[in-house]
Amino acid sequence: MSVKLVQAEEEVMLADMARGFLDDAAPVSHLRALRDAGETHDPALWAEMARMGWAGVLVPEAQGGSDMGYAAANVIAQEMGKTLVTSPFLSTAVIAATALRQVGDDRANAALARIAGGEVTYALAVDESAKFDPNKVEMTAEADGNGFRLNGTKQFVVDGALADRLLVLARTAEGLTLFDLDAGAAGVSRDARAMIDARDAARITFEDVEATGADVLGQVDHAMDVLRPALQAGQAALAAEMTGLAAGAFAMTVDYLKERKQFGVEIGRFQALQHRAAHLWCEVEVTSSAILNAGRLLDSAPEDAAMAVSLAKAKATQTAQLAVQEGVQMHGGIGMTDAYDMGFYMKRARVGAEWLGDYSYHAEQVARYRGF
Amino acid sequence: MTDTMTDFRKDLRDWLEAYCPAEMRDGAASEETICWGGKDWVFSSDAQREWLNACVAEGYTVPTWPKEYGGAGLNRDQQKIFDEEIARIGARFPLQSFGIWMLGPALLHFGTHEQKLHYLPPIARGEVRWCQGYSEPGAGSDLASVQTFGADAGDHWVVNGQKIWTSYADKADWIFALVRTDREAPKHKGISFLLIDMNDPGVETRPIKLISGASPFCETFFTDVKVPKEQIVGDVNRGWDVAKYLLTHEREMISGSGMLQAGGRPLGAVLAEGDAGLEDATLRAAAMRCEVDQLAMGLTLERYRDMAEAGQGAGDASAMLKYLGTELNKQRHELMMMAGGSDALEWGDRPADWLRTKANSIEGGTSEVMLSIISRRVLGLPA
Repeated sequence: MSVKLVQAEEEVMLADMARGFLDDAAPVSHLRALRDAGETHDPALWAEMARMGWAGVLVPEAQGGSDMGYAAANVIAQEMGKTLVTSPFLSTAVIAATALRQVGDDRANAALARIAGGEVTYALAVDESAKFDPNKVEMTAEADGNGFRLNGTKQFVVDGALADRLLVLARTAEGLTLFDLDAGAAGVSRDARAMIDARDAARITFEDVEATGADVLGQVDHAMDVLRPALQAGQAALAAEMTGLAAGAFAMTVDYLKERKQFGVEIGRFQALQHRAAHLWCEVEVTSSAILNAGRLLDSAPEDAAMAVSLAKAKATQTAQLAVQEGVQMHGGIGMTDAYDMGFYMKRARVGAEWLGDYSYHAEQVARYRGF
Repeated sequence: MTDTMTDFRKDLRDWLEAYCPAEMRDGAASEETICWGGKDWVFSSDAQREWLNACVAEGYTVPTWPKEYGGAGLNRDQQKIFDEEIARIGARFPLQSFGIWMLGPALLHFGTHEQKLHYLPPIARGEVRWCQGYSEPGAGSDLASVQTFGADAGDHWVVNGQKIWTSYADKADWIFALVRTDREAPKHKGISFLLIDMNDPGVETRPIKLISGASPFCETFFTDVKVPKEQIVGDVNRGWDVAKYLLTHEREMISGSGMLQAGGRPLGAVLAEGDAGLEDATLRAAAMRCEVDQLAMGLTLERYRDMAEAGQGAGDASAMLKYLGTELNKQRHELMMMAGGSDALEWGDRPADWLRTKANSIEGGTSEVMLSIISRRVLGLPA
């Protein structure tokens, strides 16, 4: 499957439009202000994004969405990454919307309509240990009368403390099943954790939580039919966000190299720093290709997109980490201060590295697809 | 459009099935298996000759060149399909040469119609083999300081000087060379791009033995060589423009060469053949990393080609392709040597190829020169 790896005119326009909006509404100082106020979410900002069609970026037009596709979702995520915009975009508009889209029944369609309208937010509860592995699930959903009884604990549920609903992966008799639950249901206790990136992530305990057959997304025992596409969409968009993050940290660093003076000259005159900056630029550029490719394949041949998505997430993880490490080092002491924004980039890069599979997880996937 | 492409693919498949000899379908791309062409070329097999002749007849040695100059006039979409179909059956390149990679693109861009008609078809047919005369003992990374001098003698120049690292000069029929034609002008503004017959009196060449045991590079000496005034590409003293344009091409070519190594096979598959296999966790982890980087690099090459077709030239950003492509190729060969263990220490293709890759990040501008180009011209950092 060969795809065109050039940004289409409407994608360039979308990026410009997103950039213009986010520079104004959500620069890094916005995240800083939220953190200083002890908050992780700005409902007014999300409402504005929903009005612009971002909440419904993957929702069909019949359900009130803008249905722009995965490459477009990546464009938005990439622009968000540049200024570390915090929003339920990935959890709700990308991951939950993609899962619900696989189902396509009346209930799922109603949920999609509420996502597009910005009326509901979701979080994905998969992890039960410190490393992502959707097959390593011990949480149980035991059959109980006509329904299920869920017991277990999830960790690193991104956006989980504030989300209205939870997509929960649990073990059923013959396999894994994905549930769409009210986050306020009896037996759900949410423990918001103080995360290094100042965003929402929770540990959630489920104690005899009741679910009905209608709460199951897709088929019982076949969670992956619905979850796999949702994870891929989320991984690709997260990779796009991290590429944006890398580009943002890189731009700050290059600006600094041009203005900071030592030994009587701009430090950007020193070849030792020039070559490090140039290498970093190359890595950002190469990573952008992997992002574009993943979005194209998710749109045109989703069944063939798995390797492209893992390649994008692996490469973006590596590049974002390089960008923030080089960013702090080339800034020197000021890069270590909380007053300067680079630290925010570093912390988000670490969180993004772990979410939905780290470098090792995705490089391993690539290797398997490449036959080793 | 899509239907036309499907037809093109189908026709091409049929044609390959009929004309690509079985022996030419092993994806080989080593020094021993390349067909370079030229007046003195000796085919390594009948199959190699048949494959070249079949491709020449269709213009497939230079598929994107216009038909009148010996190509097949393929557009970008067709070329992609062509590359895919060639890769699918693992067909060898029918012909490779500096004429195809470098002089051809330079002539297509800067040459007159007469020059194109005169020089390009023999390149496409593999009849004339070219070499490149750029570097000199005193002009390596600082290429614009070449001193080989062409003295104006009316209807010709009289060229004197020495070139080094002239690849396969001992086997080439002609050389394209950077020659200083004005010593008073600033160094970039006094160079001309001249075409010189290697059989002319006064041209001598001597191979240099390298660490790989091979001698792909030569020293080439010019002593009072007469070069007619029409054997120039571009304007007098504007050879640097041609050279810069060509260096961009060369960078793209070298960066792509990593993909061609071992027929573009996944690194894991190559490594699994060694005694160490992929049970060595350290080796496997390094291979995974290299594979990720190589795949992303391949997509970047594709993206830059797609951008070029959409009219967005890469310009100085091509330095990135050259820098990362060659560094990755070196990594790949280091891993192959690790996987081979002591088996790979006995002289053969693997160690020779491994040693050869060390030149990738030097020839055509070192990695450090590439990084400097990016930092100044792309990032705008002060010189």
